[in-house]
Amino acid sequence: MSDTGKFGEYGGQYVPEALMPAIEELTDAYERYVLDNEDGFMDEFRERLRDFGGRPTPLQHAEQLSARYDTEVYLKREDLVHGGAHKLNNALGQVLLAKYMGKERIIAETGAGQHGTATAMAAAHLDMPCEIYMGRTDINRQRPNVFRMRLNGAEVNPVTVGRGTLKEAISETMRDWATTVETTHYVIGSIVGPAPFPDMVREFQSVISEEAREQAQERIGRLPDSVVACAGGGSNTMGAFAQFVDDGDVDLLAVEAGGSSLTVDEAEGVAPNSATLSTGDEGVLHGARTKLLQDSDGQIMESHSVSAGLDYAGVGPELAHLVDEGRVTPANVDDAAALEAFHRLSQDEGIIPALETAHAFGFLHENPDAVGDVTVINVSGRGDKDLETVIEETDKRDLDVDVDMSVFDAAGGAM
Amino acid sequence: MANNPDLEAVFERDEPAFVPYLAAGDPSYEASLEYVEALARGGADVIELGLPFSEPIAEGKTIQNAIVRALEGGMTPDRFFEFVEDLDVDVPLVCMTYYNLIYQYGEEDGPRPFVEKAAEVGLTGFVVPDLPAEEADPLREACDEFDLDLVFIVAPTTRGDRLDRMREQVSGYVYVQARLGTTGARDDVSDQTDESLARIDDWDVPKAVGFGIKEGDHAARIVRAGADGIIVGSALVDIVAEHHGSAGSQTESGNVAEGYENDDPVSEVADRLETKARELKAGALRGADQRTETVSGDDR
Repeated sequence: MSDTGKFGEYGGQYVPEALMPAIEELTDAYERYVLDNEDGFMDEFRERLRDFGGRPTPLQHAEQLSARYDTEVYLKREDLVHGGAHKLNNALGQVLLAKYMGKERIIAETGAGQHGTATAMAAAHLDMPCEIYMGRTDINRQRPNVFRMRLNGAEVNPVTVGRGTLKEAISETMRDWATTVETTHYVIGSIVGPAPFPDMVREFQSVISEEAREQAQERIGRLPDSVVACAGGGSNTMGAFAQFVDDGDVDLLAVEAGGSSLTVDEAEGVAPNSATLSTGDEGVLHGARTKLLQDSDGQIMESHSVSAGLDYAGVGPELAHLVDEGRVTPANVDDAAALEAFHRLSQDEGIIPALETAHAFGFLHENPDAVGDVTVINVSGRGDKDLETVIEETDKRDLDVDVDMSVFDAAGGAM
Repeated sequence: MANNPDLEAVFERDEPAFVPYLAAGDPSYEASLEYVEALARGGADVIELGLPFSEPIAEGKTIQNAIVRALEGGMTPDRFFEFVEDLDVDVPLVCMTYYNLIYQYGEEDGPRPFVEKAAEVGLTGFVVPDLPAEEADPLREACDEFDLDLVFIVAPTTRGDRLDRMREQVSGYVYVQARLGTTGARDDVSDQTDESLARIDDWDVPKAVGFGIKEGDHAARIVRAGADGIIVGSALVDIVAEHHGSAGSQTESGNVAEGYENDDPVSEVADRLETKARELKAGALRGADQRTETVSGDDR
């Protein structure tokens, strides 16, 4: 926990002056309602997480994976949270907090659309108007989630600047917030942004590791040797790690998107990956000092991942700090390995994971010796939203998988 | 770029200051030099020069697009410093940029190398929209070391402790944000301006008002309300954008060079910028006169 909004050198509040009063107001509300449970806020949050959100989620023993890798693999099933991803834990917490603060309107940004969907659902559930900013590229590759947001009554505003992904959507949402700050709460979707967001989002997501820790004690009578989670901004990562940080014997492995390559094209300003923890440098973006994908001048690079939810040039400041401290080990898995893992988990365990999540399983496949005798892997979300992308990407690659959709194309190009 | 007057000298004059903004390098290095010089000819007292950053979260569409054009035109921090050296103007130049570019410059992390270089090329100070007073100590220290000013933005929402913190840190002038939101020209002037000015009435630093000023009449209205200066960005950037296409259309900015040979749009744009600058400066002066009249009228 940070007292000052700082995690070592990282974190802070680097935002336009117009937003500072809102950030002070939010800090005050976070301390009163979330940390001190004023007016029973946390009780109501827990109750809604249980009844509306479907918590607790199971810690499932994965039999085929355990046999395949000769290690006991447990799955923390955040894909079973309402909406299909861990994102609801945070979105519900923040929308409820906005309600307690007397705000009248919700805005949010989204990459893969999972956060946008979770926010739209939470806003509908709590009867708050909601607008979502989403990059044009992401709208094209995550259409089912765009439809779900609309179904829940949210406006979806396409962002066409730059490459049209999460980075641009965050900037655009901050612009909206600077105009409407007196009545509007910005639901940041990960452990990024100015303090108190990284602390607050981690707090809402730490229910994942709180449950996993208890469930591990119950099921196996001890803590796991490792916890593995995929990392984009890092909200499911810190959610899965938070309650294990003080358990020095539990290895914490954050798996980033290696994209198509770890090499950077500085002239084009493009990093063909989103491996910020592995390759990024310290800098200031979107309200916080953290590790970033940037060129030598400090301009932010366009990132890449086959998974829209990991496709971001920054990462949460707390995670950056824990990596520097040696407490969290960063790793990365490339697009092809993630796609193969997507197919493998679907076939081995009957679980179709989000492409984000598939990176964590790609890591297990490539490094079965790194996770110890017992590992917990956070299944951050389900993969329905990614099917179009997976069909397209699988067809154009020579992957080691059994599913070949092209055989059906002759019969009228179904799908 | 050696003997520019400092900000103090500008605001000690008995007239309101006209402070225009352009993004350096929009849409190309050469054209931009001409545009900034045209503003000086049009009566600029201080010029805010934008060093473009890839994520300009405090800017509205107009300046955001200018920044994209400037980046596509090859603007970098090093080119920016060359740009300042190449400019032939005799007014103070304030660098407006985002903290990451200042922080990353040079061999060591931190703002000192950037500030040292800025002092060397003759810049007078900085406005950094994403650096609130709480995070500004390292930059303030570097500015003190090299005798440069650090301008802060007071927003309509800024009150209480935050005002006090800013008052301790600010120098040169204080940038009074006329309305909530991001930068951008508007068709009216907000009443929030008067309230914001009233809150800092007893500060002994000049108050320059920006955000939304588009015409001479706006300038007059703002100065009449008590501002020591007016800051105008988007209304000027609009003139550049009209001739050079909006951002995102890379091909259009790529065609700028062709345009030079055909009908010299650059000098035409420069002329329009100079004319617009004169209108805004005249409006500010008119506002000052009206203020004097009102005051003497009250005295009677």
